[in-house]
Amino acid sequence: MEVMVILVPLALGLGLVGLLGFLWSLKSGQYDDLEGAAWRAIADDEPVQEKPAE
Amino acid sequence: MQATRDFSHYVRDAGPGLQHIDLAVEGVSCAGCMSKIERGLSAFPDVTLARVNLTDRRVALEWKQGTLDPTRFIDRLAELGYKAYPFETAGAEAAEVEQSRFLLRCLGVAAFATMNVMMLSIPVWSGNGSDMVSEQRDFFHWLSALIALPAAAYAGQPFFRSAFRAVRTGNVNMDVPISIGVILALAMSVVETINHAEHTYFDAAIMLLTFLLVGRYLDQSMRRRTRAVAGNLAALKAETATKFVGADEISQVPVAAIFPGDIVLLRPGERCAVDGTVIEGRSEIDQSLITGETLYVTAEQGTAVYAGSLNISGTLRVRVSAASEGTLLAEITRLLDNALQARSRYVRLADRASRLYAPVVHATALLTVLGWVLMGASWHDAIVTGVAVLIITCPCALGLAIPTVQTVASGAMFKAGVLLNSGDAIERLAEVDCVIFDKTGTLTLPDLEVVNAAGIPEDVFRLAGQLALASHHPVAAAVAEAAGAKSPLAGVVEVPGQGVRATLGEAELRLGRPSFCDAEPLAAERAKLDPEASIVAFSLGKAKYVFAVRQGLRPDAKAMVSALQKRNLRLEILSGDREPAVRAAALALGISEWRAGVTPADKIARIEDLKRAGHKVLMVGDGLNDAPSLAAAHVSMSPISAAHLSQATADLVFLGKPLAPVVAAIDYSRKALSLMRQNLWLAVGYNFLAVPIAISGIVTPLIAAAAMSGSSILVMLNALRARRVANRRA
Repeated sequence: MEVMVILVPLALGLGLVGLLGFLWSLKSGQYDDLEGAAWRAIADDEPVQEKPAE
Repeated sequence: MQATRDFSHYVRDAGPGLQHIDLAVEGVSCAGCMSKIERGLSAFPDVTLARVNLTDRRVALEWKQGTLDPTRFIDRLAELGYKAYPFETAGAEAAEVEQSRFLLRCLGVAAFATMNVMMLSIPVWSGNGSDMVSEQRDFFHWLSALIALPAAAYAGQPFFRSAFRAVRTGNVNMDVPISIGVILALAMSVVETINHAEHTYFDAAIMLLTFLLVGRYLDQSMRRRTRAVAGNLAALKAETATKFVGADEISQVPVAAIFPGDIVLLRPGERCAVDGTVIEGRSEIDQSLITGETLYVTAEQGTAVYAGSLNISGTLRVRVSAASEGTLLAEITRLLDNALQARSRYVRLADRASRLYAPVVHATALLTVLGWVLMGASWHDAIVTGVAVLIITCPCALGLAIPTVQTVASGAMFKAGVLLNSGDAIERLAEVDCVIFDKTGTLTLPDLEVVNAAGIPEDVFRLAGQLALASHHPVAAAVAEAAGAKSPLAGVVEVPGQGVRATLGEAELRLGRPSFCDAEPLAAERAKLDPEASIVAFSLGKAKYVFAVRQGLRPDAKAMVSALQKRNLRLEILSGDREPAVRAAALALGISEWRAGVTPADKIARIEDLKRAGHKVLMVGDGLNDAPSLAAAHVSMSPISAAHLSQATADLVFLGKPLAPVVAAIDYSRKALSLMRQNLWLAVGYNFLAVPIAISGIVTPLIAAAAMSGSSILVMLNALRARRVANRRA
């Protein structure tokens, strides 16, 4: 049962990484246009080239 | 004088050297449009960001400061085939967006905690049945507490805050039993963990929050979506005015950038966007959007004009008395305020349910505790059982019962061309048994139409249409539109206030007032036949013709009226227009109850009468004069062409020319209300099964978790049925 000392923090840590990822994606506006995002995934042409900011 | 367009009001800075503008775009509906627009706009060399938001139907643009004029984006979009307008986020909408992000953050935290607490709970549940030692169980319980307590403190905020607000004002809403249930469950679980007990309810408490947050978020995103569409529509109506920036220099500016004292130019065929006084010029104006009266009013120096008036014949200069945020008509505003206060007394179904629900649940829990103590159980065991009752009755399904149905129904209504301004509009619309229509602009179309087109030879009609293209007069525009004319005639001369003329070969063509075309007897004859129409004459050499032009009924008005009558709704017309016009419309539609020449106060009085007689009234209207009665009615609807104030007051707004959305909205809302009731009964039925188990004290956390998620899923699935309405066409 000593293995739990590693497994439990590992499981919680992974979950926490997922949560932080979600919060980051929310903050960067990825949930603002769910309908558009659904279509972008199957758009068959090249995505718009973002020009590098100078 | 050519007006320049000035959109600098909408442009804001976005970081060093960058500028940002949001445009609302009409007609974006698919992935194809999205990439077409993004590529089209990125083709400008200095554009750094062009991103379409398909949910809100908007484009966000950023470019290097000073390199581009935002009007070029709008021209570019027009080339691509999309109408775009600059857009300014209203304060209310920004708050909605912030709120929905907050709810999503709470949902993320609660879902994370639920999954991880479950991961710890399942070993405990299975271990309790086999060989788990008490130290291991305590370790898992403490870990659960470590996750669940901070997560609940964060994700529970929307409920705790609202419950606190309600309790402070002496009310009870659904959030009160939710908050009490969650807090007690967590507190009891901590105590039980300290006492090395077998069962804790960390998982139940946090799972409950997750399910409820789903309902809350659905509710919120429905409102956010309507708000976004309403914001776009406000922008699409292109509220701009032509303002004098110098003695002879004019510029097209948004209404928000116009202040009292400014002077604006109002050309024939334009709709006035501000309130003010005429200081120069002479014209006729159409105030039907404000008063419902279809006869034109003469405007000259000193006449007051209101936002929404249509200028007919001459150019006017108007001094602005109050711009977008000023008063419109003091009387209407006062009536509106009174009506709105009365409106807020409506108690929503969810609140009615929770008023019944909370005392019953809390009394049951208390009686359980007392009952067990009387039967000789220890206080500890009695309290644990009481809390278990609270947990199992916590309104998980109840919290989802109404928002899920509302979300599905509003999505279906959205597809049928109806937008909701308020969440409880569905419930109120479903209860309606009496419909009152305004005539002008509601039963009729706001655009003019030629009513005697069939009696005029086709080639003559076409010629008249071509001639009419040269004029800005709305009546001429209606003739041109009806004739389908595209190419204007050459050498047309406009005689101000009279009409237009041109020569074609030998013959002289004239279109305008009957006197201008020498066709007065013919016009008088026609006017007798159709007293409410405007008569415009056309002479082709010696031959004379007259066109009768007036607002036509909406294309499906008759079918809609009979569909409503089939649904046992009592119909009535209340109009500010003259008697013959109202009588004709009522007769054509088969509505026997009608009143003409009514003032806004009369309309309210009539609605109050009906209310006292026990009727629930749906008011459908568009004019500024309808705004107070829209607010006074049980529920109200406006066409999208309505005056601003009316549209903001109405609970529902419908798009397009046909009236069919009115019938569809009633059908969907009736279906939705019956599903909401069904869902409430499902939730109550679940409690009937679960509560005896809880009272008897044999509930385990496993039973609580299964019962709660089972009932929530059942309610959500039932809500999906709101998309379908039986025989809608009937």
